[in-house]
Amino acid sequence: MDQKIYDAAVIGAGVVGCAAARELSRYELSVIVIDKESDVCEGTSKANSAIIHAGFDAEPGSLKAKLNVQGNALMDRLSKELDFPFFRIGAFVVCRSKDEIPKLEELKKRGEENGVSGLKILSCEEAHEMEPNLSDEVYAALYAPTSGIVCPFTMTLAFAENAYDNGAEFSLSNEVTDITKNDDIFVISSSKGEIKAKCVINCAGVYADKIHDMVCYHAFGITPRKGEYMLLDTCAGGIVKKTIFQLPTHMGKGILVTPTVHGNLLLGPTADNIEDKEDTSTTREGIASVKAKSALSVKDIPYNQVITSFSGLRASADTGDFIIREDEKVKGFIDAAGIESPGLSSAPAIALYIRDIVGGILPLKEKKDFRPERKGITLLAMLPPEKRAELIKENPDYGMMVCRCSQVSEGEIADSINRPLGATTLDGVKRRTGSGMGRCQGGFCTPKIMAMLAEKQGIPLSEVKKNG
Amino acid sequence: MAEHISLAVIGGGPAGMAAAVSAYDSGITDVTIFERENELGGILNQCIHNGFGLHTFKEELTGPEYAGRYIDEVKRRNIRYETGSTVLSVSPDRQITVVSREKGMRIISADAIILSMGCRERPRGALNIPGMRPQGIYSAGTAQKLVNCEGCVIGKEVVILGSGDIGLIMARRMTLEGAHVKAVAELMPYSGGLKRNIVQCLDDYGIPLLLSHTVVDIKGKRRLEGVTVAEVDQSGTPIPGTEEYYECDTLLLSCGLIPENELSLSAGVKINGATNGPVVDDRLETSTDGIFACGNVLHVHDLVDFVSEESSRAGKNAADFIRSCGKTKNEPVIVRVTAGNGVRYTVPNTIDAANASGDIHLRFRVRNVYKGCTIKLISGGSVIYSKKKKIVVPGEMEDIIIKPEMLSSVSGELVAEIEEGAV
Repeated sequence: MDQKIYDAAVIGAGVVGCAAARELSRYELSVIVIDKESDVCEGTSKANSAIIHAGFDAEPGSLKAKLNVQGNALMDRLSKELDFPFFRIGAFVVCRSKDEIPKLEELKKRGEENGVSGLKILSCEEAHEMEPNLSDEVYAALYAPTSGIVCPFTMTLAFAENAYDNGAEFSLSNEVTDITKNDDIFVISSSKGEIKAKCVINCAGVYADKIHDMVCYHAFGITPRKGEYMLLDTCAGGIVKKTIFQLPTHMGKGILVTPTVHGNLLLGPTADNIEDKEDTSTTREGIASVKAKSALSVKDIPYNQVITSFSGLRASADTGDFIIREDEKVKGFIDAAGIESPGLSSAPAIALYIRDIVGGILPLKEKKDFRPERKGITLLAMLPPEKRAELIKENPDYGMMVCRCSQVSEGEIADSINRPLGATTLDGVKRRTGSGMGRCQGGFCTPKIMAMLAEKQGIPLSEVKKNG
Repeated sequence: MAEHISLAVIGGGPAGMAAAVSAYDSGITDVTIFERENELGGILNQCIHNGFGLHTFKEELTGPEYAGRYIDEVKRRNIRYETGSTVLSVSPDRQITVVSREKGMRIISADAIILSMGCRERPRGALNIPGMRPQGIYSAGTAQKLVNCEGCVIGKEVVILGSGDIGLIMARRMTLEGAHVKAVAELMPYSGGLKRNIVQCLDDYGIPLLLSHTVVDIKGKRRLEGVTVAEVDQSGTPIPGTEEYYECDTLLLSCGLIPENELSLSAGVKINGATNGPVVDDRLETSTDGIFACGNVLHVHDLVDFVSEESSRAGKNAADFIRSCGKTKNEPVIVRVTAGNGVRYTVPNTIDAANASGDIHLRFRVRNVYKGCTIKLISGGSVIYSKKKKIVVPGEMEDIIIKPEMLSSVSGELVAEIEEGAV
């Protein structure tokens, strides 16, 4: 039997892979996305600061600078088109003494060179007036009004679902073990068999170096840089209205304090280079450091309202910048590697950049029936009461609460399981609906959601997975 | 237009049922219990062990049996109850928004409201236990529900962190299900559970209780592989060099219960930082007029019998409130009740000395283990109550009955304290 040859195989179903797949699904191309996990958004994309950066701290002229600013500008339209929460709340970078003012000025200048609009240095009084809970020690702040917050899960899912709607295939729970190139065709060996493609797009996050080295000469290394976070309950979410950064260092943007799109307060991340690409553990020292450093920029953080802590791995390339290019020797192999911060912000622009590279390899002919819109799961807790009442009338399952903390009903959980690329794990349901994300962390809703997953999959309760 | 009822009881567990029955018996029959689960009974439905009802019924019942007794009482009186109904918010003027599959979304106003939503378990996140986040970590109550109600085997090799009563009960339960419970680690130098549970659930099965120990690392990417347990010093900080690794596929957490007061907050009810429950007066009325609280939403109890007793009082008081339209007979004389030496909190927080008609229960927990001590109630320098105790422990709630006549010499403030005995 002749095996299908895909035009493009995307390895990695994180935000970059899904955004790229969605962009390519605009054209008459056959696309497959492959990921070793059972769901999209299982790696770096699920555990990060969830910030759409303004783009002032990347080196002018770098891909990071260019794609961040472009990506940021695309967010308003994308969030409407693909129905994911994005709020342009603005950000501060705070400094703690007069001596540090030149550093703020340098950031401002850099941002202006990068094309960031609206940057302004605020005095101590101005900064405290806009954010009364800033630490008393804060001396001045750089204000970046274009900075925003996003739901990284919904954003990644939205790209994936829209790509799927437009014909892209997804092969999940499928680990790529080897890649060879025969004539002009790549043969991808995976745990589910061989996949053939004309182009391979390497969006494998912390594993991008491993995937690259399967078929190309070694060109870069990816070091996982661990970032630990603490998430506080929604009652703490209002303590700041903007994202509060500290002055960046060579290891990253430092510890931030920010509200999230779900109304929680997020603190973190630390930055530690590690070796194990799977080590998403939190540490006593890391959490202590997040606490201590958050207090430098914001006062009176109610640490007793912490509902969870977690860590994510940034895919940090030894070249310092994003690596997005077709391999020099192995034509048709495209890397999107080293996508650390501002990767989430840049993802929409990275997708366009990849499309242009693909366009140099394969003809790009726009599909007539491409549908750019995607409608997400309707989350009733976000709706006005009248609208909510109306929907419950239409579907009474929306009236049966399952997750009491985030007010998620049986109907919404069923939607998350039954829709295309639906959830198959507890974490999958959580990322799609917010159930189990609240103050009890799934204490009450877990058994019910397990039962719904078990029924859908025809498996016993004890085989329902949390993740993976 | 909003529907109207006399009394809305939020939560159909032991507290809500006892309150509704008592309000009904006090003459307020227009009562509805709103229960989010599909049946009445609350958490008792998953507590299939015995030991309930020794005080109330003078016999030993299982949780579902105890709940059954009250469900019978509710049904005998034809008290309305709506299961599968979740209250989404309560307003300060006593309107509740309730949602259900059958009746959709409704706004109902009530002359009085009883808050009886119970409590939730402190989750792993709130404990800041470092390590990975694999499958196999459950709060003890979630595990109890899965094992007892769903018949689900959750693991074979178990470590339990926290010696709260549910954790102790689950140590025995998992053992009976064929699992090997390797240890129960407790951060404090004493257990948070009842003595009888330590004896019957750990000692009888040879399960070690490691006091002053905690989990310092969790291993496993997808499924839990093991935990590292270490001894802690007096400040709760792990002592380097004392780490011991336990291979296990399941970690249960029993590290405290938190009264679930999100609805109370929506009603503007003031919360007591020490209990995480509402501030109440001797009638168990909160800071919002006509809204009463009882059971574990008010403060976490050890025994359901005390929940039922307390909730009966709340039900009666709510009925009195409705009948008197919130007016008291005499001009109120407010006495503040405060936690003195060795006492972590008191319920109630105030007593109306001029309107107390019956016995007042003063309930509290101590801060530490005290041997050979005296419990005292002091007002204006004079001791109005004193009782010697061989031992008091934080895991067991104290209950003092104040007779109305004892209040005659009380004014301003009443302090509950522990006088430590000479050792």
